[in-house]
Order: sequence, then structure tokens, then C-alpha cells
Amino acid sequence: MTMDAVYIILTATLFSISCGLLGAFLLLRRMAMVGDAIAHAVLPGIVIAFLISGSRESVWMIPGAASLGVLTTFLIEFFHRRAGLQTDAAIGVTFTALFAVGIILISVFAGQIDLDQDCVLYGEIAYVPLDVWMTASGEVIGPKALFIALGLLVLNVLFVVLGYRQLLVSTFDPAFAAASGISVVLWNYLLMGAVSFTTVAAFNSVGAILVVALLVVPPATAYLLTHSLKRMLGLTVLFAFLSSACGYVLAVALDGSIAGAIVTCAGGLFVLVWVTQLLLRRKPAKELHPLT
Amino acid sequence: MDNLRAFFSFSDPNVVSVVLGTLLLTASSAVVGTFTFLRKKALLGDAIAHAVLPGVGAAFLWSGVKDPLMMIAGAFVSGWLAVWAMDQIVAHSKIKEDTAIALVLSVFFGVGILLLTYIQHSGNAAQTGLESFLFGKAAALVGRDLWVFGAVALVLLVAVGLFFKEFQLIAFDEAYARTLGLPVGRLNLLLTSLTVLAVVTGIQAVGVVLMSAMLITPAAAARYWTDRVQQMILLAAGFGALSGLAGAYVSYVAPAMPTGPWIVVVISVVAILSFFFAPGRGIVYRYWQQESLRHDILEENMLKAFYQMGEQEEDFFASRPAEELLAWRKFPPASLKDALRRLVRKGDMVRKNDAWQLSPAGLERGRSIVKKHRLWELYLSRYLQLAPDHVHDDAETIEHILTPELEAELLRMMDYPDLDPHDAVIPYGEKDKKE
Repeated sequence: MTMDAVYIILTATLFSISCGLLGAFLLLRRMAMVGDAIAHAVLPGIVIAFLISGSRESVWMIPGAASLGVLTTFLIEFFHRRAGLQTDAAIGVTFTALFAVGIILISVFAGQIDLDQDCVLYGEIAYVPLDVWMTASGEVIGPKALFIALGLLVLNVLFVVLGYRQLLVSTFDPAFAAASGISVVLWNYLLMGAVSFTTVAAFNSVGAILVVALLVVPPATAYLLTHSLKRMLGLTVLFAFLSSACGYVLAVALDGSIAGAIVTCAGGLFVLVWVTQLLLRRKPAKELHPLT
Repeated sequence: MDNLRAFFSFSDPNVVSVVLGTLLLTASSAVVGTFTFLRKKALLGDAIAHAVLPGVGAAFLWSGVKDPLMMIAGAFVSGWLAVWAMDQIVAHSKIKEDTAIALVLSVFFGVGILLLTYIQHSGNAAQTGLESFLFGKAAALVGRDLWVFGAVALVLLVAVGLFFKEFQLIAFDEAYARTLGLPVGRLNLLLTSLTVLAVVTGIQAVGVVLMSAMLITPAAAARYWTDRVQQMILLAAGFGALSGLAGAYVSYVAPAMPTGPWIVVVISVVAILSFFFAPGRGIVYRYWQQESLRHDILEENMLKAFYQMGEQEEDFFASRPAEELLAWRKFPPASLKDALRRLVRKGDMVRKNDAWQLSPAGLERGRSIVKKHRLWELYLSRYLQLAPDHVHDDAETIEHILTPELEAELLRMMDYPDLDPHDAVIPYGEKDKKE
């Protein structure tokens, strides 16, 4: 295995762990589709930040993305509460509108920015090893994206570890959270902010749309296997790694999109775990029969 | 401007076919979308829209050419598979519906992207234009495509027309439809198939990613203008067609622009305007309604205060400065002057320099409020056995909303009582006489 392959797999794994950690909470809050919506809706924020700064790795991306993520969350709530629109439609209307605006912005400024529709969809993880960080003396330290992924993972782990109790309580028992002084609204917006920030940081590599899969599929696979949140987070990390490694191999074999292959593998893992579980579950039901 | 004239003169046969195609596609998906919206399954449409991508890719791989019929078939199979997978996951695991939708959506889409990139890299020359499935290209609708997709759109409209009553019933009350003996399972199957069909045709115009908007947004916008399903469907189709026309125009003027996003932006603007300004349901209307209710309550409370003060001093037509009113009851001082001005305009009050007095009409309104208040207090203490000091707050609310019918019923039940639980006189008017 070449060094490039290691870099790509490592970067993909770090991004998918970041997504999976947040996705686990989205799943438990039954907000998987809100995560989907945010992953689409940050696009105009990315483009605008891009236009202002002219670069993809700038600090402008953070406020650009976070504000769009919070705006999406707010708009969904607003249409639902103030206009009485049913939640599913509020989600659907909001994210498609923002995503469409993002695509139009990309087309309008196509000459000025180094961004295109393909990049938004597939990401450019194959080019990760090409864009490296060097020291002043010209020594290569490693791919930039790898360090971005690492930094992002550190931030997300800090967020989940420091806010573990608040996230846990506000997820499972909002009423109790409110009674014990935890602001449910604040933590909701913090989580959505983290999701949008992560989406933006990861979109370069895996594409904004495929981030959705990383948010949902590894945590869902882990959710099948355990009732404990901590164990679920641990399993999410495992599945994130397995999908990334297997996805890379598949993409090389087919000469296709790496991001698409990673998602395909994540889906395959889910089906594998789920079907195995279904087959195993048949037996205990029969064994119990004589007792009843 | 010249562009606009050239476009809307429809003299270019190409323009005609593109417009016709786009209108059919957007309108038919809006019609089917109305039912998914009403069944609160809007995001299912989103999932199907993403899930047809691997089918399109696989059909191309298998046949080697960009044949519309093959692609419809392929998309149909994968759309169907996605719906089946979602149902199975929800039924046979602890995963909830929203996660199942997101899961199936993203995995199918990922597989589709993998297939599509595989095809692109495989060097097949016929694959050009396949990526228009992602973001849509109305201008690509020419010749045979147009006929095929036009026919599919017609099938959709005819099917919805034929099964309109049944779809309406399962959209609103599936259990009732079942007790009527309707084949609900098969109807659901049909509706899902129609959704898949609408998605397959619609992605030609707006692309996979934004297809869900064509299903959800026109219906959501139309919902704000009417309570009738027939009207809602026509409106949704109209909104969809309008945005389709806009998209076809963009595609004519700026061929480099992706058509889909423009169609979606136009329909989203229509929807957001509807959310805000539609009469009866819009945010502005709701706000206005709340405000006017708040105004009514404040005005009635003021008239009541004037009446009670007059009752105490045995002089109903005394003119009183605002301070006296505030001393009697805590009104929000900021809105006090406005409310008094409105009362003067309505003829319930008369202003004399810096003081106000009741007009005969205002006295009548105030008396009526006090009567309802005391009647309700008496009712609560007599029939619900509440202590007299526990009935005031409830009566404060009910006095503003008690209907004449209920009031007549109360009077009949309690046989026109004279005194409330606090021994205050219940003031009757001319019209309240016992038959």
C-alpha cells in the first residue's frame, strides 16, 4: 500500500469519525433529516465565504458555514411554528431553496472561484496527497487535508466530551434538562452549529452531499448493536474506519469516486450487520417458545 | 429584453418543445407531490429522488446508450427498491423512520455517484449528458425524450384523475379508507409508483438533488391558499408550471446556467411569499389576527372598567382622565392611549379635553361584558362548586369569548339570576328579557 493510500484512508477516517460522533446525537434526537438539510444548506455560505476570502481553507468558512447552519435550523423552526407548516415539508422547502441558491452562486461566479458542481458533489479526496504542507526549509510534513481533518476531530471530540452530560440529557429528556438548568435550545443550536462546521470542513474531501451519509450510516449501524451511548460512539468510530478503508479499495478497483465508494461500503456494512442480526434473532424466538 | 420577446413569441420550435416539456414535468410532479405532502411523507419524495440515481446509472451500463425508456425502467427499479428498503428497516429494526429515510437516501445516492463516476471514467462516448441528471437541463429535452417524458407526465395526470377520490381518502384518513373496504395497500403502492414516475421524469428538468423541491414546495405553497384538495392540486400544478417556465427561460438565455436551481429558486420564492402573505394562514395574517384579538380584549376591559367605576359612583356617563382608569385597573400605559383612540373612533367613547366618557353604545358593550363575567362566576360556583374567590380569573377570560348561544343557555339554566357569587347585581339589558 502506498503512502498516498494511507493518507487518503486516514483523512477519510478522521472526517467520518467527526461526522459520526455528531450524527449519533442527530439520530437519537430523530433529527437525521435535519442533518441532511444542513449538509445541503451550508452551500451558499461556503460560496460566499469563498468569494470574500478567495480561498478554501480560510477562517471565513467557519462563520459562513455556522451562520447558514443556524439559519437553516431557525428557518425550519420558523416555518413550522409561525406559519404552521408540517415539519417534513419545512425541512424539504428550506434546504432545497438554500442549496439551489448555492448552485446558482457557483455558476454565476464560476470564473472567479475554484469551485464547481462536481467538487460539491464528489469532493476531491483523491487529490488529498497532492496538496501538502511544507516547512520553511522545504521539508514536506504531510497533506493539508489530513491536518484539517485532525484539527476538526479534536474540536469535535472536545465538544462531545465537554458537553457530554448536556447533550445526553437534552437528547433523552428535554424536560429534565430544562429543570436542571441546561438550556435545551442553546445545546440544540450548538449541535447544529457543530454539524454545519463539520460539514463545511469535510466537504472539500468527501463532497457536501456525501457528508450526509457519514452523519447517518455509521451511527445507525452502531445503533443496531448497542443500547449504550458510549458504546454506540465507540462502534461509530470503528465503522467509520472500516467504511473508509474498504471504500478506498473499492474505488481504486472500479476507478470511481472515492467518496461514493466509501458511502457504498458504509451502506454495505449496515446491511451486513442488520441482516446478520435478523438471522440470529430468529433462533432465540424459537427457544423461548416452550416456556410460553 | 430582446431575449424575453424572442422567448415568449415562441417562434423558435426549440423553445416550444423545451417549454412544453418543462411545463409537463414540473406540473405533473407538483400534482403527485400534493398527495405525498398531504400524507406527511414529503421527505419520502426526497429519498426517492436521490434513490433513482443508481438505477439510471445501471440502466446506462446495461444498455450502453442513453435511452429514455431504459432509464425510466432502471430508475423505477431502484426507486422501488429504496422504498421497500425503508419499509423493511423501519419494520425489522429499532431504527426510526427519519434515520431510515436519511440512510437509504444517502447510501443509494453514494452508490449512484460511484456508478456514474465509473461510467464517466470508462470512456464510453455516449455517456455525455448523463450528469445532467444531477442538476437538470431543460434545454436537453428534445425529440424523442420529449415524447417519452410528455407521455409519462400524461399517464401521471390521468392516473391521479382516475383515482382522485381514493388518494384523497388515504391521504386524510387511512383507517377510514380501510373500513370502507378500499385496497389501501395497493393504493399506497400505486401512489408510490406514481411518485417514482414523477421523480424519474422531473429529474430531467431539475436534476436529482433538487427533485424533492418539485414534489414538496409547490404543494406546500398551495396549501396556504385553500382547504380544498382539488384547488390545492390545481394551484400546485400552476405554481410548478410557473417555475418551470422560468427555468426554461433561463435555460434559453443562459445555456451555461444549470436550469434546476433556477426552477427551485422561483418555486421557493412563491412558497415563502405564500407562507407570509396568504390570507387566512400566512404569518402576516396570523399576526394581524392575534393583534386584533389583543386589541378587542383590551378595549373590552376598558369599557368594563368604565362600567364598573360608573356602577360604584352611580354615574355611568362621568368623564374620567386616563390616570383614574389606571388607578382602577393596571392597563399597559403604552397601549392605553391607542386603545382609547380606537374606542372613540368606534363610537364607544367620547373624548372631552383630557378625559373620556362612555357613549350609550359603549355603556351597552361594557354592561354586556360585566353581565357575561358575573354570569360565568355564578355558573362556576353553582355548578362546579368552586369557592367564590376562585372564579374571577376564569371569568376574566371567558367574558371575551362567550357566544350569544352559550349565554342564552346559561340564562335559561340558571333562570335569569339577579346576583353573582359576590352579591353584585348582574346587569341585564333591554334585549335580555325572559320570554
